[in-house]
Amino acid sequence: MDWSQSLRLIAPEETLSIAGLILLLVAAWGGDKASRLISILTVAALVAAGIMVSPALCGATMGPDASAFFGQFHADAFASYAKVLIYISAAASLVIAPVFFERFNAMRAEYPILVLFAALGMGIMVSAGDLLTLYIGLEMNSLAAYVLAAFLRNDGRSAEAGLKYFVLGALASGILLFGMSLTYGFTGTTSFSGINAALAGGLSHGALFGIVFMLAGLAFKVSAVPFHMWTPDVYEGAPTPVTMFFATAPKVAAMGLMMRVLLDAFSDQAAAWQQIVLFLALASIVVGALGAIGQTNIKRLMAYSSINNVGFILVGLAVATPQGASAMLFYLAIYIAMSLGGFAVILMLKDEDGNYVEHIPSYAGLSRTRPGLALGLAMIMFSLAGIPPLFGFWGKFLVFKAAVDGGMIALAALGFAASVIGAFYYLKVVKIIYFDEPADVVKGESDIWHKLILVISCVVISPLGFFLTKWLGGLTDTAATALFHAL
Amino acid sequence: MTGFPILSVMMLVPLAAGLACLFLDAKAARNLALVATLIDFVLGVVLWLNFDVGGAQWQFTERMELFSGFSYALGIDGIALLLIVLTVFLMPICIGASWKSIDKRVGEYMGAFLLMETLMIGVFCAQDIFLFYMFFEAGLIPMYLIIGIWGGADRIYAAYKFFLYTLLGSVLMLVAMLYMVHVAGTTDVPTLMAYDFDPKVQTWLWLAFFASFAVKMPMWPVHTWLPAAHVQAPTAGSVILAGVLLKMGGYGFIRFSLPMFPEASAYFGPLIWGLSMAAVVITSLIALVQDDMKKLIAYSSVAHMAIVTIGLFAFNTQGLEGSMMVMLSHGLVAGALFLCVGIIYDRLHTREIARYGGLSINMPRYALFFLLFTMASIGLPGTSGFVGEFLSLAGIYQVSTLTTLICATGIILGAGYMLYLYRRVAFGDQKNADAAAMLDLDAREYLMVVPLALAVLWMGIYPESFIAPMRSDIAALEARIAAAAPEGDSKVTVGKEKPVHEEAAHEGAH
Repeated sequence: MDWSQSLRLIAPEETLSIAGLILLLVAAWGGDKASRLISILTVAALVAAGIMVSPALCGATMGPDASAFFGQFHADAFASYAKVLIYISAAASLVIAPVFFERFNAMRAEYPILVLFAALGMGIMVSAGDLLTLYIGLEMNSLAAYVLAAFLRNDGRSAEAGLKYFVLGALASGILLFGMSLTYGFTGTTSFSGINAALAGGLSHGALFGIVFMLAGLAFKVSAVPFHMWTPDVYEGAPTPVTMFFATAPKVAAMGLMMRVLLDAFSDQAAAWQQIVLFLALASIVVGALGAIGQTNIKRLMAYSSINNVGFILVGLAVATPQGASAMLFYLAIYIAMSLGGFAVILMLKDEDGNYVEHIPSYAGLSRTRPGLALGLAMIMFSLAGIPPLFGFWGKFLVFKAAVDGGMIALAALGFAASVIGAFYYLKVVKIIYFDEPADVVKGESDIWHKLILVISCVVISPLGFFLTKWLGGLTDTAATALFHAL
Repeated sequence: MTGFPILSVMMLVPLAAGLACLFLDAKAARNLALVATLIDFVLGVVLWLNFDVGGAQWQFTERMELFSGFSYALGIDGIALLLIVLTVFLMPICIGASWKSIDKRVGEYMGAFLLMETLMIGVFCAQDIFLFYMFFEAGLIPMYLIIGIWGGADRIYAAYKFFLYTLLGSVLMLVAMLYMVHVAGTTDVPTLMAYDFDPKVQTWLWLAFFASFAVKMPMWPVHTWLPAAHVQAPTAGSVILAGVLLKMGGYGFIRFSLPMFPEASAYFGPLIWGLSMAAVVITSLIALVQDDMKKLIAYSSVAHMAIVTIGLFAFNTQGLEGSMMVMLSHGLVAGALFLCVGIIYDRLHTREIARYGGLSINMPRYALFFLLFTMASIGLPGTSGFVGEFLSLAGIYQVSTLTTLICATGIILGAGYMLYLYRRVAFGDQKNADAAAMLDLDAREYLMVVPLALAVLWMGIYPESFIAPMRSDIAALEARIAAAAPEGDSKVTVGKEKPVHEEAAHEGAH
């Protein structure tokens, strides 16, 4: 392994870093007038990075070939799959942003650059092969994300969201770091393969505490119950394009990171962490579903919905098999499509004066005033509820199939039964937009980019999505295999 | 017809028309929906005519490996054929029933109905267990919208109840399906039907399927969504709900529970009998005291479905054939009765029985058809209702005398509530001036009730046409479950000829 080989493997990260630094200079001299140009260039950089990572995914690169800097960084099929999802989410969050920020006169050149650096950090997270790489990626993402949450400087709620996110995020990072130091102390190494080898003889109490603290920190990042409290507040307060970003890319990154840590570093200690993940999964499904019932703000509803979905994704992790990992990756792809579509709808729900309408009862009778928009929202809601033939069903189907094949039938039965609770609040939204008398609040015009994203995500989650199962299933299988062969 | 994917086409026609309806105005949507359902009806007739009675068990099979995890596999046997024909027969009538009564959001309404048709056909012809599940479950969405948007006053409560009840039942079934596929290693329904699951596991699998089908059927005591949904749904919604959707539960039992888990089915037989006995007596008594016509018919549906379940769990040919005949007959008769209610509801906009009276004076032709369907619901010989109920009860009699005794009271109670309903609506004085002023059937309504009446009589007078296609399938099913069949308590034996005859002849020779 020579340096040139390593540098070649991290080419996507290099591209993004250099693009970010150059654009930062452009922003410094060009000012806010250049924000549109910078947005376009950022999307271009993300697309370029996405193209760069795809050969590793399609070529099923894994093992030592994909390992850079002596195992600190893995540019394998798993990382590539996660990065493609991250870059898509980041790019979508950029194209929908200008209309939103212009309304508040807050379109600043920093926005695309912060998103870019966050995406870079997330790319490093999913490629991590060492606790230090992991932490660098995580913090790089988090610091950008704190600023993004507070991006509407003059808005009290946005500032509150940023502060809450920062304080709680810093606490979680601290807990994670504490877990990492325990792990290092009891294994004597920070590399995942070293940890795996050191724990081969059995798990000491200290290392077990290390796992528990690391899991607590990671659970915060994926907003799994009981570390979910920040989610509704941050989702509600942050500017909607940022919320869209938070709901999509960091979920992939944190989930990918969790998979790396548990299925690579601690792969032989599954018995130790499986029950923790099981609890996180079931608690997230139930609390996410119950918490959403009383919500009247659509962004808070989406926050609880994301907690609920994270629970379903964690079911795949609890199984600790390649099939479970593959199911998680598939679920993440569908979840991204549903979330992007959902937030595109939220950005299109404007009243006559162009103010954003977030109060759900105001959507009453939307199906009669804006039939297309209502159909899109209804499809996303049914899909989130996992009702076939919409594609959201397939994600749940795969994770529970993995659970049953892995012998966890009780988990599958409980999880599915709890999904019925979730169906209730999704139905409530459909009821309001289809059954109630029109409230005539939503009248504003929609931007072409929002429409485009909504249409694309609706096509993906429609029954046509099932035609993707073979192709995408092949990719997720490759990625999951790569994950299990990373060491 | 080999090579022509007729089942896919039958699903595609309403689907395409349904999507197109979303973009059309009211008039065009109505016409398109009618044309599409009529095309499907013609295709259904073609399907029936080309069905090779006594031929291969699975016909018109199609299989494409389009997806990972499950395949697009279609195919029908005689049982599925008849249910598909029932579906495509009722659909044009449903569209006709909503021709005038639905005047808001017609395009969406017709779209939802056509989507329903696609999904119902899909349920009956899916040969892959997960494909079946998707069709089975997907029907919830259009039905939720139909009840919720176009239903009556209490529609939202009814829509929620319908959706969540059936969803909870279905998800448990899905877990069982995942397990079955895991163990058997295939998603192919015919293979699974022949697979012998461990009897201990069968118990759990059976219960999971039961949770779904019992709700869909619906069996007492999980039937409470049905009266709520029926009363609130528009006429055509009730027709399709009673006519076809309820049959999905029975079809599920006959296609999955019985052949896949014969031992468990035998084990739980007494449970089914108990629930059916309770259903027959309790819901019939509830039906007797209803003031609302639709509620009355809804409760009578629950009672009729109980006759289906006892026939299914009689474990013999007569019972199985009988329960299929009850399903088909009930599909026609309950559909027709809801239609009859809808016809007068359109005129007076009330379902309260007391608001009518003496309709045989001002609507004699309507009263005639209503009487025919009432009699068919009671099970008068010569109508479709008789054949199925008699066979079901004859089937269960071989197994359990007590069950037969109690379920047979359903026929008496059925006569009670139906005739009482008919007396209050059609006979007596014309108490209400507005009811007395209602006009008799018009041409559109004739077109809806006459085919139903003919079908009811055909099925009652010559049921062989309907029994023939499914005979070999029922026999195959009977052979599959024969080993597990419980021993009957009635010990029916064929009577022997008395030897007297022979002796008399012998003596005569001397």
